[in-house]
This record gives sequence, structure tokens and C-alpha cells, in this order.
Amino acid sequence: MTCSFHASSRRELLLGSGALFAWAYLPKRALAEGRDPRLLVVVLRGALDGLATVAPVGDPDWARLRGDKALLLDGALPALALNSFFALNPAMPNLYRLYQAKQAAVVHAVATPYRERSHFDGQDVLESGLAKPGATDSGWLNRALATLEPAGRAEAKPQNAFAVGPVTPLVVRGTAPVLSWTPPKLPPATDDTVMRLLDLYRHTDPALARVMEERMGLAAIARAGGMDQPMKNGQPAPGGTARVRAYFAEATGAAAKFMARPDGPRIGALAFDGWDTHAAEGASGGRLADLLGALDGAIAAVETGMGEAWKETIIAVITEFGRTAHINGTDGTDHGTATVALLAGGALKGGRVITDWPGVNEVTLYEKRDLKATTDLRAVLKGLLRDHVRVSDKALASSVFPGSQDVQPMAGLTA
Amino acid sequence: MALDPKTFAATALHRFGFGPRAGSIASVAADPRGALLAELDRPGAGRIANSDLLTTGEAARAAFDFRQERKAARLAVRSEREATQQAIKKAADDAKASSKADMAQAEIKQGDGTPTEAMQPAPAKVNPGPGIPQLIYLEEAKARFDSALNAEIGLIDRLTWFWSNHFCVSADKGQVRPICGAYEREAIRANVLGKFSDMLLVVESHPAMLLYLDNAGSIGPNSIAGQRRGKGINENLAREIMELHTLGVQSGYSQEDVTNFANVITGWTFRPLRQDPQHGGEFFFNERMHEPGAQSVLGRSYGEGGYEQGRAVLLMLACHPATAKHVSTKLVRHFIADNPPPALVDRMTKKFLDSGGDLKEVTKTLVSARESWDAPRSKLKRPAEWIVSSMRASGMMISDVRRVINTLNLLGEPLWRPSAPKGFSDESADWLDGLTQRLDIANEIAHRIGGMTDPEAVADDALGPLASTETRQTIARAESRQQALALLLMSPEFQRR
Repeated sequence: MTCSFHASSRRELLLGSGALFAWAYLPKRALAEGRDPRLLVVVLRGALDGLATVAPVGDPDWARLRGDKALLLDGALPALALNSFFALNPAMPNLYRLYQAKQAAVVHAVATPYRERSHFDGQDVLESGLAKPGATDSGWLNRALATLEPAGRAEAKPQNAFAVGPVTPLVVRGTAPVLSWTPPKLPPATDDTVMRLLDLYRHTDPALARVMEERMGLAAIARAGGMDQPMKNGQPAPGGTARVRAYFAEATGAAAKFMARPDGPRIGALAFDGWDTHAAEGASGGRLADLLGALDGAIAAVETGMGEAWKETIIAVITEFGRTAHINGTDGTDHGTATVALLAGGALKGGRVITDWPGVNEVTLYEKRDLKATTDLRAVLKGLLRDHVRVSDKALASSVFPGSQDVQPMAGLTA
Repeated sequence: MALDPKTFAATALHRFGFGPRAGSIASVAADPRGALLAELDRPGAGRIANSDLLTTGEAARAAFDFRQERKAARLAVRSEREATQQAIKKAADDAKASSKADMAQAEIKQGDGTPTEAMQPAPAKVNPGPGIPQLIYLEEAKARFDSALNAEIGLIDRLTWFWSNHFCVSADKGQVRPICGAYEREAIRANVLGKFSDMLLVVESHPAMLLYLDNAGSIGPNSIAGQRRGKGINENLAREIMELHTLGVQSGYSQEDVTNFANVITGWTFRPLRQDPQHGGEFFFNERMHEPGAQSVLGRSYGEGGYEQGRAVLLMLACHPATAKHVSTKLVRHFIADNPPPALVDRMTKKFLDSGGDLKEVTKTLVSARESWDAPRSKLKRPAEWIVSSMRASGMMISDVRRVINTLNLLGEPLWRPSAPKGFSDESADWLDGLTQRLDIANEIAHRIGGMTDPEAVADDALGPLASTETRQTIARAESRQQALALLLMSPEFQRR
């Protein structure tokens, strides 16, 4: 009888939300310059509402556009002023603090080249780095890594990391060897997943709906409109905010500690789900605010986990597209176009909102519904890859983001 | 049949198999019922071809040797530690003696020389890893799940799981763990298409069952061993054979029948492992433990005949009308409906009795029956069935079976570890509570592989026309492929069959 087992049991099952995927080598060129840069890409799946994250409070059309859902400086929960024009969602005090310390920046009205509104295709474009959705088996981050000259191999203690096969997020899939590290806890199903399932059960299987409602403590969800207005009945929903928040922070904090080690990996990515806020978006004190708060906690956890290495760190938070400028009939937002990219880290030249602001009136909205994209997300990513980890211009324009010759790397993002 | 061919095919695959893999629906759509019947007729059906798997005897002996070695190692460590402590104590005593001598010379010394914890380095605790019984258990588990994952449809594996649960044992009891997998292969799987009486005989004489239901140590009070040691019978197995394995509860047997039957099967045990390195752990009728004399069971007298006496009672029970009805009801409840249609149960009962308990014929009756196809898809899949069908739908394979085992622990259906001899429930209501745990697992599976899949294609492959408009919309509108796959695996059409 032969019995052979490899490293880990449950961890291996968890290659996904909150799992870190990182290059197995250290970047030689950057090291040769006497730097030791860390780059962490955080993918938010589901399409983040950029306007609810960083609101154009100085835009004369803003308050009218979002009505009582508009984040305002003098709202019930006042937004945090970034400059005279933009304000940050108050659920993100850590990002605000970093912004003031010039260690965080916002790129606004940014989007990938994708202009349709399918999550699956949008995520493909976001992660593949190609201009269009379609069959691809590698992601831009991996192709960027493949062009870097490796120095030493990153440490891969079996209990912490292991080489992975093809089952990785697209953004890090490819020929460059990637390690993964997974937090020991289960990633909870998000509230959003629970709500969608509940909605499906209500329409098709009352018995399952009843169980789900009871168990989730969500029995009081208003019936009208299906997914309307989550009433948590005074108690947190299991799989809900507290759990998500704890999980975000734990996953990213541990990933950061891993990357902070002298021989730990340097360049990696992780993903968080749950941003598809079609109904009861709750930008102010609701569901989106909870999620942003969890993201904020995760950024703080990276800062803490990195320790000394924070000063050489950049985090880039990106999402597949934005959401409609208007609030829809169920107090949420539908799939849109431009959004924000959030950048943070000690190596960042922060304290800025970088944007060619398109405006949000009926004339300037894209297809009369979405924030118009005025910055190509690839420019941001190319800037970071070039100036922070030293990927060559040539590679960026050809293999990393094929067909992006006309998209110039954004200069001056690094301190 | 009102069902269109693909609906018919998808229903067949979920209800009688482990759910579709990519392409399954199309490949059986021409004749789903025929495909099920053909699986029953395939040569070698139900065997697990894996020469690495141990027989019951081999497994029991390997586990026994392992336990002996561990015990010897423990004893060696203990005696070494005791020797060391002796030596230290002696050194300390010597030191005390000399310090007294020193004190006599008016010299004060710090410390009294008594050995402290810190002075004795505790032996480093090395995790020895899973022992042989657990390794065998895992190997058997892997073979079982691989068989279900790789089956074309999986009816035979479903039957194996059904009968294994009907005749359940528990790995948590005594020395059952290393042999519960071999038990399922040798006693259950090998007989799911044979005669019920054959299965019953192998099951009730299998060491796993004899250990699990305490018959291995049951001694007839008037037997040689009983007379010498003053010990007696244990009724557990006899009662459960009647109540759970054959006749069913409240089918007319009395306490006296149970006691007498327990006397009949005294001596049904296995060869002692310590004394028999060749055949230890294999079934053995021990005449010296057997209660002598005739016994009356269900109004019929069974004359003394050693092992044959027990065999005769089991054959009688195997062909009893109450048994036929009991197992037919359970089969229908498992495969078709929580409340089995009486007409179908009656036809299967009749087939059972007419065919002398031919389980292949009974299964064919089940698969061919109109009721088996007309019943609404209301049964909630049991956790293990749902996990396997989820893996088949999403194309996952097992690289470490412990993950599957951990998942089943979470979902309340731990492998070969039911909490009682009744086995795991086959009624949907009992599994509803685990729905939220299923969501956690679905979420986990989806994050593992969801990014690689096309959820709408998986929905086509796994549900085909069974997928409701609502479910398809929910999948299409999901915020990510991962979420879409989780929602698909949690959809009512995928949870139920």
C-alpha cells in the first residue's frame, strides 16, 4: 500500500478570495538599485462604485445626480475631504490618514478598455490585460513577472506557500512561477451571495428560502423588490460584515507579513468579492460602506503587516468597471463604466486625486448613464510596473499589455 | 413519458447517479433508462480495481502490528525515562549527601541539588503522523470517492452507498477504522447486484459488523467459554439485524425472538490477532462460545447446527416478506421520495420475493417504474452525494482525500461514522439545516476553481433543461464566475433530485 500526502489539506482548497498569489522570485533589477519594492494588486470583483467611494462633492451636478444617496461633506455621515473637489467615503479613515500622509492616492474616472457591462468579460479584460475579452490563459501581472530578471528565489516554506498549478486567478496565471498562500480560515460567502441565493430560493424553493432566512438571521428582509433593504434585525448576519471584515484584515495582514520577510515574495495579487451593489447599495452606513470599511481595514493591515517594508510598498486596488451614475429603482447601482483605482503605500507619491474629470451631467455621462472613462487603467498599472518594479517600457507595450502602445505609462506615481 | 429527452436524461443522472459530468446529459439522452440498466449489466460492475487495497484480514493485521509496535515504542520510551530519572535521582541524592558533608564544614551552597523540570529535557514530541489504521481508512476513502467521481452514471456506486448506510458500521468504534473500507468493498459493493441473502450473510459475519454491534464477544452462557468465564450474550447485533437490517421495527418479532437469535449467533466472531498471524482478524465460528441447543425464532425451531444454525435464521430473515417490504421502502425513499409511493413499494416487494431477493431485479424494477420518473425532484441530496455531484459538475478531482473527509465532517455526514446503527437519515428535512454550511463549501469550491469555469456552460452540463429561468438569470447576473458557480451549486435544481 502506498500512502503519500503533500503539504496541506484545507489550505489548498482555498485558492481564491483573500489568497495571496505571488511571484516565486525576487526582482533583480530593483534590488540592484538598492531598493526592495513590494507590489500588491488587490482585485475587487463585482465592480466598485467609484462615485460612492470618492465623491466629486465639488461638482455642481453631484448632489442632484445621487440625491439623498450622494456622499456630501455635510451629510449625516460627512465625507472626508481629500481636496476642494473630492471627498472620501467616511468608511475609510485609514485610507484618509494615509492620503494626508501622502501615502495614498486616487485615480478617478479610470477604466479598462472594456466598454460592455458583463462581469465575466470585464474581469477577463481587467486581469488579462488584453484590450478585449476572449480566450486567454495568462494575466498581465504574470506576463510582467515573466519579463523580470529573477534574483533569489522567494522563500516557500511548505507550511506557508506552495507552487500552484493552473488554478489561479487569471491576473497571475501564466508561465512565471507563482506561489500561493492562503489564510487558514474559510472565506465567508458574502452578504451579496447570500442575498442572491435567498432571492433565488424565494422565487423557486420556499422551503430552502425558509431555512436560509432562519439560519442567516435575515428573516426580516423586506419582501418588496426581492433584494431590497436588508434589515438585520438588530443582529449581524452570519457570513456578514463582521466576518468579512475580520477575514479581509486577516488575509491581507498575513499576506503582508509574508511579503515583508527578507526572503519573502515581493509581487503578488489577491482578490475580494462582493462589490456588485445592485440593490440597497448603502454607500453611507450600509452594505457598501461596510465593504469599504473592510477594505480600509485590510489596507491598514497591510501597513501593519509590512512593518519596515511599508515604505517600499505600493498597493493597487482595481476593479473591472464602475457603476451607473444614477441610483436605480432599488436604491442600488447597475453596471457602469469608469470608477476609481485606489493606491496606497509608503513608496507612493500620494496625497493626490489624479483625474481628468469628465463631469457628471447628462451631457458628459457616458451613454447618458455612466461616469465617462478619461484615464486608461493600463496607464496606471504600466506606470507602477515601470517605476516601482522596473518592467521595461518595451515589455509593457508589447507582452504585458498587448496593443497598448498608445497608452503611456502614468509617470510620477512613485515617491 | 412527458419529459423531453434531455430533461429525462438530466433527471436520470441526478436521481440515480452522481449527477452529470460534462457531456453526460447528451450521451444518455437517447435512452436514459436504458443507460441505467446497461450500467447494471456491465461486466465487472461495482468492483474497485485497485490491487493496493487490503483485504479485511490484511488490514486488521496491519493495524494490529502497528498498534503493537507503537505500544512497544511507548514502553521503551517509558522505561528509558524511568532509568534516566533513577539516575538523576541517584545523582541528586549523592549531591545532597556531599552537600551535607560540605555543610558540616560550615560552607553554604546555593540550591539543594534536587532535579528540576528544566534539568531534564523533555523528550521532543514528534508528531508521528497518521497511523496505519488512519492511512488505510484514507486510502479506502480515496478509492470510494474516485469510483463515484469516475463512474459514467454512478448507479452502482449509489447503490453501494445506499446499502453501506443500510448496513452501516462506524469507524469510531473499537478497531473498525482500518477495516470499514474493506467491509464496504467485500460485503456491500460485491453484492449490490446479487442476492440480498448473500449480502446479509457476508455483512453479519464480517468482523467490522461483529465488532460494531458487539457480537464478537457475545458468549453463550452454556457454551464452554460461558461456563468457564461466567459471561453471557450481547443482544445488540441480533436486535439490529431484525430491527434495522431485515424485518424492520414493529414487524412482529418479540424480545424472546431477539434473545434466541442472539443465542443462535453466539460464536460468530473473528480469529484473534495476537495468536494468529496468518488469519487473525478474519471471520471465525468459535464453537466454544456458541450457545448449544435448538432455538426458536419467529415461531420456528432451529436445531443445533453450529454456524449453520445462524445461517439458517439469516436465510429465513432474508426472504421474509417484512424484509422485502422494509428494504423496498428504504430503496424508494432513498432514490425517489421521502414518502414512497405505495404501489411502487408493493411492486418492488413482490419482485424481491418472487426473485428470491435478487437485488439486480429489484433495482431494475425501481429504475423502470413510472413513479420513479414522475416523482417531483424534491429530495435534497445528502451531503456526500452533493459534494461528489458538485465535483463532477465542475470537473474537480481529488488530490487529497482528507479535504473531502473534512468537508463531510462539516456537513454532518462524516464518512463511515454514523452516530447510530440506523445510519444517516434519508429524509430531506433532516439535511435542510446544513444548507448554510453547504453555502460555505460551495463558496470554497467556487473560489478554488470558479475562475476557470464558464458558469453558464457548467449549468448546461450539470442541469441542462432542469435549470429554471430564475436560476439561469441568477447565474448570468452573478458578480463573478466564482459567485456564479457557488450559486449554481446551491441552486434548488442542483441541491434536489
